Amino acid sequence: MIADGVEDEEKWLAAGIAGLQQNAFYMHRALDSNNLRDALKYSAQMLSELRTSRLSPHKYYELYMRAFDELRKLEMFFKEETRRGCSIVDLYELVQHAGNILPRLYLLCTVGSVYIKSKEAPAKDVLKDLVEMCRGIQHPVRGLFLRSYLAQVSRDKLPDIGSEYEGDADTVVDAVEFVLQNFTEMNKLWVRMQHQGPTREKEKREKERSELRDLVGKNLHVLSQIEGIDLDMYKETVLPRVLEQVVNCKDEIAQYYLMDCIIQVFPDEYHLQTLDVLLGAFPQLQPTVDIKTVLSRLMERLSNYAASSADVLPEFLQVEAFSKLNNAIGKVIEVQPDMPILGVITLYSSLLTFTLHVHPDRLDYADQVLGACVKKLSGKEKLEDKKATKQIVALLSAPLDKYNDIVTALKLSNYPRVMEYLDSETNKVMATVIIQSIMKNKTRISTADRVEALFELIKGLIKDLDDAFHDEVDEDDFKEEQNSVARLIQLLHSDDPEEMFKIICTVRKHILGGGPKRLPFTVPPLVFSSLKLVRQLQGQEENPFGEEESTTPKKIFQVLNQTVETLSNIPAPELALQLFLQCAEAANDCDLEPVAYEFFTQAYILYEEEISDSRAQVTAIHLIIGTLQRMHVFGVENRDTLTHKATGYSAKLLKKPDQCRAVYACSHLFWVDDQDNVKDGERVLLCLKRALRIANAAQQMSNAARGSAGSVTLFVEILNKYLYFFEKGNPQITVAAIQSLIELITTEMHSDSSTLDPAADAFFASTLRYMEFQKQKGGAIGEKYEPIKV
Amino acid sequence: MNFLIEAFKPACSISIKFSDGKTRKRVPIKRENGQTLLAPLFRNQENIAGKITIEPHQGKRIEHNGVKVELLGQIEMYLDRGNFYDFTSLVRELDVPGDIYERTTYPFEFSMVEMPYETYNGVNVRLRYVLKVTVSRNYGGSIIEYLNFLVHNYSPPPSINTSIKMEVGIEDCLHIEFEYNKSKYHLKDVIIGKIYYFLVKIKIKTMDIEIRRRESTVTGATNHVETETLAKFELMDGAPVRGESIPVRLFLSPYELTPTHRNINNKFSVKYYLNLVLVDEEGLRYFKQQQITIYRLPLQDT
Repeated sequence: MIADGVEDEEKWLAAGIAGLQQNAFYMHRALDSNNLRDALKYSAQMLSELRTSRLSPHKYYELYMRAFDELRKLEMFFKEETRRGCSIVDLYELVQHAGNILPRLYLLCTVGSVYIKSKEAPAKDVLKDLVEMCRGIQHPVRGLFLRSYLAQVSRDKLPDIGSEYEGDADTVVDAVEFVLQNFTEMNKLWVRMQHQGPTREKEKREKERSELRDLVGKNLHVLSQIEGIDLDMYKETVLPRVLEQVVNCKDEIAQYYLMDCIIQVFPDEYHLQTLDVLLGAFPQLQPTVDIKTVLSRLMERLSNYAASSADVLPEFLQVEAFSKLNNAIGKVIEVQPDMPILGVITLYSSLLTFTLHVHPDRLDYADQVLGACVKKLSGKEKLEDKKATKQIVALLSAPLDKYNDIVTALKLSNYPRVMEYLDSETNKVMATVIIQSIMKNKTRISTADRVEALFELIKGLIKDLDDAFHDEVDEDDFKEEQNSVARLIQLLHSDDPEEMFKIICTVRKHILGGGPKRLPFTVPPLVFSSLKLVRQLQGQEENPFGEEESTTPKKIFQVLNQTVETLSNIPAPELALQLFLQCAEAANDCDLEPVAYEFFTQAYILYEEEISDSRAQVTAIHLIIGTLQRMHVFGVENRDTLTHKATGYSAKLLKKPDQCRAVYACSHLFWVDDQDNVKDGERVLLCLKRALRIANAAQQMSNAARGSAGSVTLFVEILNKYLYFFEKGNPQITVAAIQSLIELITTEMHSDSSTLDPAADAFFASTLRYMEFQKQKGGAIGEKYEPIKV
Repeated sequence: MNFLIEAFKPACSISIKFSDGKTRKRVPIKRENGQTLLAPLFRNQENIAGKITIEPHQGKRIEHNGVKVELLGQIEMYLDRGNFYDFTSLVRELDVPGDIYERTTYPFEFSMVEMPYETYNGVNVRLRYVLKVTVSRNYGGSIIEYLNFLVHNYSPPPSINTSIKMEVGIEDCLHIEFEYNKSKYHLKDVIIGKIYYFLVKIKIKTMDIEIRRRESTVTGATNHVETETLAKFELMDGAPVRGESIPVRLFLSPYELTPTHRNINNKFSVKYYLNLVLVDEEGLRYFKQQQITIYRLPLQDT
């Protein structure tokens, strides 16, 4: 059915073109032989093809363009005809004898054009007559095209300022009047199109209507090109008349298109100077008109205008552009209660962009906009509309982009209030945007108040906002966002320790509510940030003024202790343990023995109570050993307790190789190179021997369990420890011990049950090579090595 | 062939010439066979004078009972064939009975002839003026020659010429007002007007204005009316909405109009009407007729 319709239309168009061409042919012949009578007859017949109602606007346009070309030739002919002595007045009458109105009016416009050119009558009279006579075509499509033809032929003949058609009687006022009238009539026809034909084809019709909109808009374009329209005239005549038509036509499509047209075709400074009038029209538009887009474009244009030159800024101030726009938006929202929230936000978003561009110094304006937005959002649930939330993100991002500085945005008291209306997901997105802005611009946020405000903004990332239900959050996304929070925490810095401490406390306050999933991400950066502060303080004279309140490492450690403790509860014992150890080390550097001890105790408790996974235990024990080895603050007693414990833990690991490695690692606890009081060779040897025993046991176990001895790697590793302590001068490590160990290894390697392990072989070989090398190097070490036979 | 025609030709040829024939205006007139020829034009109460020349063929002698010329104003009713009503009949005797041997010329003159009616060629009626020269003979029949001429009568521009303005409509359906700038138009006039639409509930497709001529003839007791549409002029294309006003500008010159004739010699009348016709999408016609008067201004004879 539809396909048929299209086919039929093609047929009709073809028939129309054929008819047109045929008559055009006869018309040409008449033109060639200067036969006016026939020329008129055939041109009228040719134009009769345009009387069709069967074509869609698109196809009709095709036909029209062909007729248009022919009419140009006819116009030339008329011009020559007048040169040959035919009176233009007679010609003007003659064409009006045509019985059919449409051909008659096309001919009249064509002759009219020549008439104006001849200057035998004032241009305004001819124009007025033409535009008036065209009322005879009430059919929308035909009328639009006819009037479009009129607009086209009259374009270069308007009595504009500086035009040859300007005269005493013809002024730019007449030109404007003419164009306005044609515009008005065209718009009426255009609007009327929607009521033509059956309702079921409404959609198709609306589409066709949209195709024709440029015919109407062209008039506005012509108006914008009239030189003589100065600001006064624009203000007094042009704009009010155009707006009157726009408002009165009460048609959604037309209002949207035309408002946009006005904004686009007329100069920015005119808009600025007529903001009242222009904006006054918006609340009067149909409630379904997409005002937000149009208004946004206006603001966008004005923003760009403001950006174009600093010279124009005073104009903006003078006309109070901001408050006018703000009021207008308020009114539009008021009269369009059905406007979706998306529209509201888009409007405010544009306004915000505008004010940021035009009044970057007026933060209060920006805040005002946000405030208005909040007011509009209040009483509503969190936003569900995806687009609306997206728009809010854009709204909130605008100040960040503009100022490149979150600090400025933090001054906007309404900023967080707007954020509250976002759903948790978008809230997160926004928070991420904020964080990214901070990181991109390396913004320094150096007071606790601002940190407080900032965390208020990004609380979507800091804690679960709606505890009602959790969407399945993508693990990677979650990590990503928490990592960004972590980075943010690292960025917070103040050179003033007091302030820094406050910042830390603030951050802590916020992140502690983050729940088990977030704490592992957020606590470490806070801890390290605090430790950084500790290191900073550590270099200074402590408490130079003896003030009670001043920040001391002790205080910080107290906070840290509590902070890290939270991790153990969630539970993230491994992480907590690591952090405790870090703290302990810092305390060590501050010479705070009890504190360090406390941290170690915590770590040990965690180890004992929480870390049950054997692999985790291995990692933990090595960390403990490593940290403990570096501690120098402990007294003998404390140290003994701790080392003893550590050794104990080591021996209780599940797997023998792990035991072995932990135990030989413990040997370092008794021999610290730069600490003279920790050089207990005996206990070192004890550890190593014990390690050997365990290695041996491991070997046997393996033998028993698998029928083959394990690798000799452990022995080689222990040998390396021996060599280390040997070089360090531990008297308990003797050449003989080393020698026997080497032999042991060699034997093991050559025993039948040994498994082939190239890595171990290589390891051993390198070790031996090392010893050889040390020997050859000579010197004290070389001498030491000398007795060892390899 | 010539000699054959010669044989049946009347015994003489009669020619009628007006004394101002060379300068007098001639206007086209349609003959019954459809041809047009130019005929001299007169006005009421003009002197009609000229010469009548009778030339016997090849030395023939014409014996006659007298020669006369008549000026006849006739109304011919087609529906009543053969019936001429002479409303004007003037006779001038040109010669007493006798013989004509050679070419003879008789001057004649009708002065201040009352010709109150215009020449008219209608559907059912014709009004004509003719000069009739009769050479009466006892045998062979009288020899008669006619010469048609036209009479146009001019009217001064009417002192009162009100516009036509009228509201018409169908209740709750269509309500319009039309306005024509005058009620009396001359032949080359232009009708200017406007149609206002106050209410339009029907889907109008076009609006035309027609010029209709109503010729009514009286034959005996019966009255016959014939209406012709002389002009059909499209005023509007498409459906207007309320509040629209559509301009009317109709030049009368392209159409073959005559002045309005009222009750000519109690035989016929010719009246003109403007008919405003609205056609809706279903093809239904809504119309309203308004009579207008058409008159002839001097120097509007072509």
